[in-house]
Amino acid sequence: MLSVTNLTAGYRRDHDVLTRISITLTPGRIVGVQGPSGCGKSTLIRVLALLHPPRSGDLRLDGETVRRFRYAAPAAQRRRVGVVFQHPRAAADPRHTLRRIVSAHLPAGAPGTETDRLAELVGLTPDLLDRRPHEVSDGQLQRACLARTLGADPRYLLCDEMTAMLDASSAAALVHLIKAQVEHHGRGALMVSHDSALLDACCDETVQWHDLGGPPAAPTGR
Amino acid sequence: MGEAMGESVTGGRLKEWRPGGRRRPGGAARRGAAVSARARVVASAAVLVPLVAVVAVLPLVAGDAATGTVDYDAVRLAPGTGHLMGTDDSGRDVLVRAALGARVSLVIAVACAVAATVLGTVVGAVSGAAGGVIDATVMRLVDGLNAVPHLLLGILIVALYRGSLVAVIASIALTHWTTVARIVRAEVLSLRSRPYIDAAISGGASRLMVLTRHLLPAVAPQAALAAVLLLPHAVWHETALSFLGLGLPPHLPSLGTMVADSRDDVLLGAWWTIAAPAGLLVAVTLAVAGLAGWWRDRLVPRRRSELAL
Repeated sequence: MLSVTNLTAGYRRDHDVLTRISITLTPGRIVGVQGPSGCGKSTLIRVLALLHPPRSGDLRLDGETVRRFRYAAPAAQRRRVGVVFQHPRAAADPRHTLRRIVSAHLPAGAPGTETDRLAELVGLTPDLLDRRPHEVSDGQLQRACLARTLGADPRYLLCDEMTAMLDASSAAALVHLIKAQVEHHGRGALMVSHDSALLDACCDETVQWHDLGGPPAAPTGR
Repeated sequence: MGEAMGESVTGGRLKEWRPGGRRRPGGAARRGAAVSARARVVASAAVLVPLVAVVAVLPLVAGDAATGTVDYDAVRLAPGTGHLMGTDDSGRDVLVRAALGARVSLVIAVACAVAATVLGTVVGAVSGAAGGVIDATVMRLVDGLNAVPHLLLGILIVALYRGSLVAVIASIALTHWTTVARIVRAEVLSLRSRPYIDAAISGGASRLMVLTRHLLPAVAPQAALAAVLLLPHAVWHETALSFLGLGLPPHLPSLGTMVADSRDDVLLGAWWTIAAPAGLLVAVTLAVAGLAGWWRDRLVPRRRSELAL
């Protein structure tokens, strides 16, 4: 279980982006969070992915309390939570080929066939793997980013407006893929979006952003 | 816009309307002229750099006998058939000696540029990637080092280890790595908060992995450019040190020692003793700076106007 209680986080010293947020992810379920732009959804994802240290709050990952973030967190712990970012262009190193991007999170010494398997899973044809990010479309690049995230075999998948940059068919394909991953591999997923139709279509439950805050007794998304 | 659309409806002239219509007539031609002038600079630099390299290798081909031969029967000979650029106060061929000097100066310049770039890249990348107190401390140290005049600090280092090639290289490299460190740090700072770095951290990457896989490859072009821009600067620095008598030992001719030696000869009317080393010095620096400027324009195109050489 990946849960956070009473989370407060922010970037500037005098301003909190998140105040007393609580949410819980369980393996095998997709939780959707709907909120307007700029409400702090991405910050919540960053904290849950151990990429941003919160000011206060209790973050628990499979029973362990997380106290260290970014590089300080143990690599195995970081790998348990995978993130798919909103902008695939920004989330892929422009100097790397798609093959390198897809294989980036595979365990050291993994055979090359693993990369091909991941690429096939997300629907990338082999000829795309030798291209660089500027030579493929947003949809193809987002597929590569999702494949990279799955390479670490994370128990939790955090999707930050994953389909915002994509056309309808790519978005549908990726959402189906996430659903399949959750169903067949027992991963827990958090889908964050402002698109309520998308969340209703794929999530086991959807929570509104303003329902996440408030006192600890407030709905936690379970 | 309304007028243009009106014309397009009535006379089908939409194709002739251009958003840049306010530009002065002849602007394109003038820009073309500027481009070709720039192309000429780059082309001449591209010819000059290999030429200087050949000249620098010339003494190797000619052999030491031709370079070091002292001939008191041929002191201060004017340029002519025997000696293309004349001879100096010891009867040595000025052109061959200047070529040898250019070689020594270039070797020093390349060594300085490489050493300063490696040191600057490592310090800048580590400082930028580490952030926090480490970054603040390192950058204040860099500021402090920058506050001391480079030549003064260089003179101090050379004075400690007088007359050695390594001391000259160290004195220039140790005073110039700070520029590279600043460039690399700024680049690393702008990169380290990118989502793809976050993605790498999320995948379990260590600081070293992020540095070697993402940050260093990204700053490499900037660092390499800084190295090339350092070359002409290092040549002048070495010349200045040698001119002050603090550079190389007298038997090693560098462009700086030759300019220093020729001061008395020039007063005696032997202008050619300074012409060859000074000409090579100017040619080397202009050619390398011309190529470096062209490369920088390609790397940072939006700053083209500021950087025109």
